[in-house]
Amino acid sequence: MTGFLRAHGYEMARLTFEHLWLTLFAMLLATVIGLPLGIVLSRRPRLAKPIIGFANVLQTVPSLALFGLLLPVPWLGENAARLAILALTGYALLPILRNTYAGIRSIDPTLTDIATALGMTARQRLLKVELPLSASVILAGLRTATVTCVGVATIAAAIGAGGLGELIFRGVASVDNGLVLGGAIPAALLALLADAALGFAEKKLTVKRA
Amino acid sequence: MAIAAVEFDALSLVLSGGRSILSGIHLAIEQGSTTALLGRSGSGKTTLLRMVNAMAAPTAGEARVMGEPVASQDCTSLRRGIGYVIQETGLFPHMTIERNVGLPLEMAGASKTQIATRVAELLPMVGLEGTSFARRYPWQLSGGQRQRVGLARALAADPPILLMDEPFGALDPVTRVEMQEMMASLIERLHKTVLLVTHDLEEALYLAQRVIFLEGGRVVADLPSNKVMPSSDPHVRQYIRAVRHNHRNHEETAS
Repeated sequence: MTGFLRAHGYEMARLTFEHLWLTLFAMLLATVIGLPLGIVLSRRPRLAKPIIGFANVLQTVPSLALFGLLLPVPWLGENAARLAILALTGYALLPILRNTYAGIRSIDPTLTDIATALGMTARQRLLKVELPLSASVILAGLRTATVTCVGVATIAAAIGAGGLGELIFRGVASVDNGLVLGGAIPAALLALLADAALGFAEKKLTVKRA
Repeated sequence: MAIAAVEFDALSLVLSGGRSILSGIHLAIEQGSTTALLGRSGSGKTTLLRMVNAMAAPTAGEARVMGEPVASQDCTSLRRGIGYVIQETGLFPHMTIERNVGLPLEMAGASKTQIATRVAELLPMVGLEGTSFARRYPWQLSGGQRQRVGLARALAADPPILLMDEPFGALDPVTRVEMQEMMASLIERLHKTVLLVTHDLEEALYLAQRVIFLEGGRVVADLPSNKVMPSSDPHVRQYIRAVRHNHRNHEETAS
């Protein structure tokens, strides 16, 4: 064990960092796109079906196939990390978009009505009422998205984007279980950690009603 | 004569499907008076009330507040100048009682200390004594207490006009009477123009100086409170009959 860590510890740390970087960058992009889009869709429910449907299709494409499909795309295919981040963003988009939309739509209409009647502007209503009331649902979406991203990011190694998947793939190729676990255990821990941390935040933000 | 606080001028609302909700409403509501809009569910009374704070818009005619057409006013500033109380209270579950009550002031840009001072003044006014209420959340309060908070919020910015949509409709009979008594004393002290939507004739007579009867989106009777019981108008009589019927039932069960 210590021998393994001495031999591969530095690499594991580097790849864990790479893995985190891929995931966080993709999550940031997906949030920047998904959150405002979800808010817009909650105002225009007629657009929601086709757009959420599209995000759903993205989600359904198997990850390895999606990487394969994007590889020949000119600008994208040149840089493996760029491609991986974009694909991960695609996966993270649906849970964020869907939960933002559903969270806002599920708010008691009496509350949005009274917010308007109290003289709130659309912006005040969003910031003071709608987002705080749907925060826990939105966070649940971020949680699902993060866990998915951590998982799919291991596959990104297949196209040379790095991350903990690299150890797994290398271990499989050289029939070295230690190497496989050296990638798999940190990847699993990352997912569990993200899930626990976001789950805790979600609980904190849940509004008590009765 | 002073200008009317609220005026409806040939106001009508026809939905796109052709269903008529309100037709040809002509009314002038005197400043500082309390007026009840009485009618069954679907009579258009809530919609008429919502014309005043631009929460509903007419398809013909207009509503005026202090002589100014509602349609030509900025919605948000108009609404901030009108108190609004609803049956469901509409308290925000993620905000403390203090923040809920102080919202109209928060939107007007008042400071935290100004808000806290005003809230401390408002809560006892609606019968919520003690400092502990301010820091609680709506779920920690009873239905009656929540309704009091809703009223305090409507009064927070000291608006000249107060719209009340069945404010006591969801309360148990004992709490309801308590709230009506408190409301009567508030009306006497605060001199606001109050428009009260209700389906309860007794409540209307107890709180208002004038009762407007609505049916199918039309005004079918418009009487000072003291002329309601002697009235021979058939629309008015059916409400009186309903009240008497209830009382007779109570007496029968008592004997």
